[in-house]
Amino acid sequence: MNAPLALLAELTHRCPLRCPYCSNPVELTRASEELATEEWARIFREAAEIGCLQVHLSGGEPTARRDIVEITAAARAAGLYTNLITAGVLLDAALIARLQAAGLDHVQLSVQDADAAGAERIGGMRGAHARKEAAARLVREAGLPLTLNAVVHRQNLHNLPRLIDIALAWGAARLEVAHVQYYGWALANRDALLPTRAQLDEATQTVQAAREAHRGRLVIDYVVPDYHAARPKSCMGGWGNRFLAVAPSGRILPCHAAESIAGMEFPNARETSLRAAWEDSDAFNRFRGTGWMREPCRGCEHAERDWGGCRCQAFALTGDAAATDPACALSPDRALLLAAVAEAGATAFRYREFG
Amino acid sequence: MTPRFAPGVRLHHDVARARWVVMAPERMFVPDETALEVLRMVDGARDLDAIIDGLAEKFDAPREVIAGDVRGLLDDLVARGALVT
Ligand code: SF4
Ligand code: SF4
Repeated sequence: MNAPLALLAELTHRCPLRCPYCSNPVELTRASEELATEEWARIFREAAEIGCLQVHLSGGEPTARRDIVEITAAARAAGLYTNLITAGVLLDAALIARLQAAGLDHVQLSVQDADAAGAERIGGMRGAHARKEAAARLVREAGLPLTLNAVVHRQNLHNLPRLIDIALAWGAARLEVAHVQYYGWALANRDALLPTRAQLDEATQTVQAAREAHRGRLVIDYVVPDYHAARPKSCMGGWGNRFLAVAPSGRILPCHAAESIAGMEFPNARETSLRAAWEDSDAFNRFRGTGWMREPCRGCEHAERDWGGCRCQAFALTGDAAATDPACALSPDRALLLAAVAEAGATAFRYREFG
Repeated sequence: MTPRFAPGVRLHHDVARARWVVMAPERMFVPDETALEVLRMVDGARDLDAIIDGLAEKFDAPREVIAGDVRGLLDDLVARGALVT
């Protein structure tokens, strides 16, 4: 069994935005059920003890927590490299200064589109885009490294060249071009979000050209989405292999979307240590390694490279989390995914909301 | 030239795996032994000469021998984005 390298700390599900592809579960956790500051501090120490080197402070919007500075300081005190994943709309110069003093290492800022009108329609919040631009400037003025995270899909992929321009203009050293992953809210909006093959090919070319043009100034991370690939992605580098997440409720998860798999129970950090969850829990052992696999994954030469793909996607499409991810061309359920690609083309969103 | 860590980059002791790692935004790498010795001398105050002197003393080796290695390693670490000068 490997030791985990990174912890995703989902501090809250609250967020001023309402992105229709939000990776939070469809059933959002309310503020009253969130873990307390000291509980997060203990979780960070436990994470470092079992081998985590870095923590992603995420949400929802992590800065919606009033104790975000104390939480950041606790993560650094535990010895973790500290990355804030934020929509940026609540950041001001004073908060950034306090976060930096608390030891924040890096900021990852999301953008929803290249222009205000598009970004605000997708994110469902007026005025968000200008506030993000201001936040990026403040982060850079403070001397903190900035990564821009652009979630791309059918309704904004045509703006990818302009998103790259924004990354440069806003002073980001890295740009993550992240395709939407289809579970939870994004699955409910799949028809409006799935790109066409032509859009995708164009995007891939755009990224290649931009990498050349901006070498030494901007690093672009880009992964082809698996709805259009022949092999699935190596989800989380393998279930229970390198990564764990803790949800606002305290549930300890092998992947931030794992709660979308009906019928699974996850240990809670309120009563279970991260070590016990990682090493001994049914949830983490369920899809760890290759022993759980059936054909065609069982015995496949790619089994230890892609780990059979994404369990959440397998469940979302087939109803069986132990099935081969239909993103694989060898999956008997591949037709489900191809049908989704063929049927996509809606425009209206169902925005995320507390139920 | 006075090297220092690039923004968001730091050397971190990975206690669980008994090694040192360079932590950087969205990536990490494990420096080899010689690179690690150089990185441990980087504090934003020591300039190139001071780093060479320090390592020559530590390894009881002639300064000229150390100097070439250190220059090469620093160039490499700058190219990898870990250090800035
Ligand atoms: S995806 Fe959008 S709605 Fe979800 S947490 Fe991020 S900014 Fe908020
Ligand atoms: S059959 Fe399974 S292990 Fe083989 S490539 Fe497809 S998903 Fe990966």
